[in-house]
Amino acid sequence: MRLERADLLQIYYLMRLTRAMEDRTRTLFLQGRVVGGVYTAQGHEATTVGAAWTLGDGDSIVPQHRDLGMHLTRGVSPRAVMTQWLARGNSPGLGRDGQIHIGDMHHGIVPMISMLGESLPVACGVALTMKMRKRSTIVMASMGDGATSTGPFHEALNFASVQKLPIVFIIENNGYAYSTPTYQEFAIANLSDRAIAYGMLGESVDGNDVLKVVETVGRAVEHVRSGNSPALIECKTFRVRGHSEADKADYVPPEQREEWLAKDPIPRFEDYLAREKILTQAKKAEIEEQVKAVIEDAVSFAEQGPAPDPVTVADYVFAPEGPIAIIGEPGADDSRYINALDHRTGKPFNTVTESGKPAFVATEEVGRR
Amino acid sequence: MNAVTYLEAIGQAMREEMQRDEAVFLLGEDVGTYGGAFKVSAGLLEEFGSERVIDTPMAEAVIIGSAVGAALMGMRPIAEMQFIDFITCGFDQIINMANKMYWRSGIPVPMVIRGPSGGGVKGGPFHSASPEAWFFHAPGIKVVVPSTTYDAKGLLKAAIRDNNPVLYLEHKLLYRLPELREELPTEDYVVPIGRAITRREGEDMSILTYGAMVHQCLKAAQSLEQEDDLQVEVIDLRSLVPLDREAILESVKHTNKVLIVHEDTLTGGIGAELAAILAEDLFEYLDGPITRVAAPDVPFPYAPPLEAAYLPNSEKILAAARKLAAY
Repeated sequence: MRLERADLLQIYYLMRLTRAMEDRTRTLFLQGRVVGGVYTAQGHEATTVGAAWTLGDGDSIVPQHRDLGMHLTRGVSPRAVMTQWLARGNSPGLGRDGQIHIGDMHHGIVPMISMLGESLPVACGVALTMKMRKRSTIVMASMGDGATSTGPFHEALNFASVQKLPIVFIIENNGYAYSTPTYQEFAIANLSDRAIAYGMLGESVDGNDVLKVVETVGRAVEHVRSGNSPALIECKTFRVRGHSEADKADYVPPEQREEWLAKDPIPRFEDYLAREKILTQAKKAEIEEQVKAVIEDAVSFAEQGPAPDPVTVADYVFAPEGPIAIIGEPGADDSRYINALDHRTGKPFNTVTESGKPAFVATEEVGRR
Repeated sequence: MNAVTYLEAIGQAMREEMQRDEAVFLLGEDVGTYGGAFKVSAGLLEEFGSERVIDTPMAEAVIIGSAVGAALMGMRPIAEMQFIDFITCGFDQIINMANKMYWRSGIPVPMVIRGPSGGGVKGGPFHSASPEAWFFHAPGIKVVVPSTTYDAKGLLKAAIRDNNPVLYLEHKLLYRLPELREELPTEDYVVPIGRAITRREGEDMSILTYGAMVHQCLKAAQSLEQEDDLQVEVIDLRSLVPLDREAILESVKHTNKVLIVHEDTLTGGIGAELAAILAEDLFEYLDGPITRVAAPDVPFPYAPPLEAAYLPNSEKILAAARKLAAY
């Protein structure tokens, strides 16, 4: 996949935005403003941004809890993310659910649940629909190393393979399932070897090298888009922090963390961009300013959002009657369809479209999207 | 015109909905080439092709999960469980994935999970389940249980057209029962979800029931009329979620005695909730104890004498009704 100078800066911006938003979320948690659990993914940015970068219009992602980078790359609004963390009444979940459990099918984002691995069968259904509707779009479904031990992982890979579904499965192998190290999770060297058992393309890649991720996942995306077979890509990375912010991760040997901190994907990419004279000091400062502004806007928007109204506690269990559009077909956003709008509020879905500071750097050089 | 079986009515509903709406499709184990373990989907593969009648691997989580994914895309999948007992293998896809989706994201999940439930066919502990209470307790899924051929077709059509997950529990004992053969309307019809029906009117007692037990209750009611001169009203709930509270309360208000009958086990069953509703709302109206007839709190047994002892039937219903009538 060819990357222009503007693409490289955009990728760098998204990686920085992902890291900084999670840093800010952690601060909000420590201040007691995020009341529930906080799960972040420091170290995953090359994998999440790089993988999602390879997708195109009409493609879908089925992201998990460490995939803020995928969300942002696919256009999810930082405002929506922050309202969700702060459990606001105007969050995509209307305060019913937290974290990045958000989605909008019209923009190809499937909401996750906390039972990891369970989203993979759902990804099969999204891909099955694309196949039935004879589209050239694909699904990218991600998971951690932990989810590869579940039954649904194997059921989904097998079904995807039998049905030749257009799915790229991305394993973010970050060394630990909560506190359980990989040697207690599986007994093979590369999780991409699981692909052999399902007759699909499999490859492992350095998940902390964003250019390698773009190249490898990009190849898998092309393979899948051509209708060959699904693909399974293992991105080897590391979860630098705990499973959640309640976890000190003192079970991680210090030398292991040190080793991976030295491979932090953001400085690595910065070095490359500096060497190639793409990221000047001035450009870097500009990007940092933009990152800061986007986050400030998102946090202040979220803080001004209303609390959910307790009177509505019993609402929204069932969708109303009416016609349902097949997502992605012409006219599917016509408001006569029950799934065109968020019928709980009567307003458009706001996971992607909640306006605010643009999620992308809007300068001459970095204005592709 | 020819009378069709309960099983054929289910097949007709799927065929007609697939003809009517290109978003409807069927997936499950052996549903295509083989036509389903009970031949419910016989002929559908030939008519609609393998893209809309999908033979799947033996993997309930991916059958139900794929249905959820397709439903999120605006399709209307029907996921067949070969035996409804196997729904446990896909439990999480229902409880945590499908049920909570609209409530937490605003994205509807228009899908049906259906399959043969119930006992009386020597199916033993793994092919006889009545799983309704698990789902009755889990907000976000509708649960319907047809007892007649007309309802089998009309409720399935309503389930397919619903914009929510619907669990459709067909009773395998009723599949080919000759006395349930019925001539169905040639025109399109649905049985709306959420409405009970009075199968027999009466003044002396209400029996609340659903599924195959409707027929046992009607038999008992006939005996009570002939032998005890009692007029018993039989309410077929048809839909457990949502429950037709109005119909239930209306009936018990004028009979003042209520017997609740279900094939599922007693504790925490549908009857427990019905009893609670009646105790809360109709305390002043009741002239006798709210009485339940249900299976004992044990797994479903295999051997014929044990199965017979386990299942509620018209004699057990009759005995309980007589005791209640004596108040």
